[in-house]
Amino acid sequence: MNAAASVADTASAQQRAVREAASRLRRRRRFHDALVRVVSVCAVLAIWEVGARAISPLLFAPPSRIAVAGVAMIASGELWPYLSLSFRVAAIGMLLGTIVGIAAGVLIARVRLLDLSLEPFVIALYSTPMVALIPLVVIWAGFGDSGKIVVIFLFAVFPVLLNTYQGVRGVDPRLLEVARSFRTSERALWGDVILPSALPFIVAGMRLALGRALIGMVIADLYTSVSGIGYLIVRYAQNLQIDRLLVPVVILSLTGVTLVQALRWVETRIAPWQFAGHDE
Amino acid sequence: MKAKIRIDNACRMFVGGTVSAFEGLSFDVYDNEILCIVGPSGCGKTTLLRCIDGLVPLSAGRILLDGSPVTAPPSRMAVVFQHFGLFPWKTVEANVAYGLRLGGVSRSDATARVRRALTLVGLETFAGYYPYQLSGGMQQRVGLARALAIDPDVLLMDEPFAALDAQTREILQEEMLRILEQERKTIVFVTHSIDEALVLGDRVIVLTARPARVRAVLTVPYARPRSVAAVRADPAFGALRSQVWDLLRQELQ
Repeated sequence: MNAAASVADTASAQQRAVREAASRLRRRRRFHDALVRVVSVCAVLAIWEVGARAISPLLFAPPSRIAVAGVAMIASGELWPYLSLSFRVAAIGMLLGTIVGIAAGVLIARVRLLDLSLEPFVIALYSTPMVALIPLVVIWAGFGDSGKIVVIFLFAVFPVLLNTYQGVRGVDPRLLEVARSFRTSERALWGDVILPSALPFIVAGMRLALGRALIGMVIADLYTSVSGIGYLIVRYAQNLQIDRLLVPVVILSLTGVTLVQALRWVETRIAPWQFAGHDE
Repeated sequence: MKAKIRIDNACRMFVGGTVSAFEGLSFDVYDNEILCIVGPSGCGKTTLLRCIDGLVPLSAGRILLDGSPVTAPPSRMAVVFQHFGLFPWKTVEANVAYGLRLGGVSRSDATARVRRALTLVGLETFAGYYPYQLSGGMQQRVGLARALAIDPDVLLMDEPFAALDAQTREILQEEMLRILEQERKTIVFVTHSIDEALVLGDRVIVLTARPARVRAVLTVPYARPRSVAAVRADPAFGALRSQVWDLLRQELQ
């Protein structure tokens, strides 16, 4: 009895030791990876700083001066009105693109007639550089906010549409058969199988759309009426205030990184089974 | 004995083709028996099972459940799939409740029946897990619980243990026999393993190569309740096994 108990103890002690060693190793690897990232960011910033100081401030600005300019622009309150103008329009365009993209993607994927008749146009439009359509959009929708929203919408809608389409088409036919064998109705099939299965694709489409929407936002600000962030950039370029010019650019890229990472996080949360096993 | 399911001169062509999976196929499945179907690989066993469930229409002939033709999946049948067929975005509990929910069973009633089914397969503590967090053997237990939860008369099992390793397979065979002692069901069990057919089946049907017909029907001489280990240990088991193997080998040549 005692012997057996001590054997069990040893076994569990051993298991515990192995588990602890494994988690120590994992922690060390994670620490190592984080360290590499931090060092590389610092190194790039340092090179930028040193390099930019060697160049005329009329041509380039080091990160320290951009930071100082950014603080000054925030403090004086001149940054926010322009940013909010652009981001509001971008949010509306992105939202419309997402709604229309999901709806159209689902319909094209499930209605054979639409699939056959619309697919060539979807592909052609997706491959068309949207910038080329901006003059046409301006003629139709004007220079104002509505023109900008249409531009951003055109940038955002196709990644969502195509990903939704693929997600709906890619539903595991075996799961569809399972559902049929349990006598599902078409409506229940949507909620139980098709949408949950397409959801990770839809979110991935939104992530791609987000990057394109930000591009569309700046392009719209530069090529329709010059306003918002585009106006800031153009004005500071004309004054050769490179440090100030780069402030909205840095903010744009930080916004993009943050939102894309947030959607990535959502992706891992809504479809954890796709990432299972990657940790071990 | 009473026929629960009657396969009557059934034929199923492959999609768009002139080749048939099976042709002139006739046999009965009796009430409460475990009927195992073995046959050369690719002889259309899975197609047959899908036809019995009404998922795929026959090209000719009839399949009768309690005397009436099957044209769509009947509520008295449930399928256990080789690939488990669990929804990865649903918890174990929600997967098992799936058929009940579609059948319009009330929430409280469903909860009780799900718990009962999970207890039956020994997974009552895993209700909140997701399938990807379970081993293959446990996933198929969920598949079995999902089928049992709707309390069907007939369970159609399509090589349910083929994707599992040998040890897990044997444990699940044992479990299945134990569960079926508590829940009498009519079982049609497709397998490519002769051992499995003899260990589980009351009768074994051997099919011919494509197009499949009935080559032979064997009655397995072990009464239920039976234990997998005892059946394997029986001296006559080897002879039975080679008898089926000989029938199959002739078809493979």
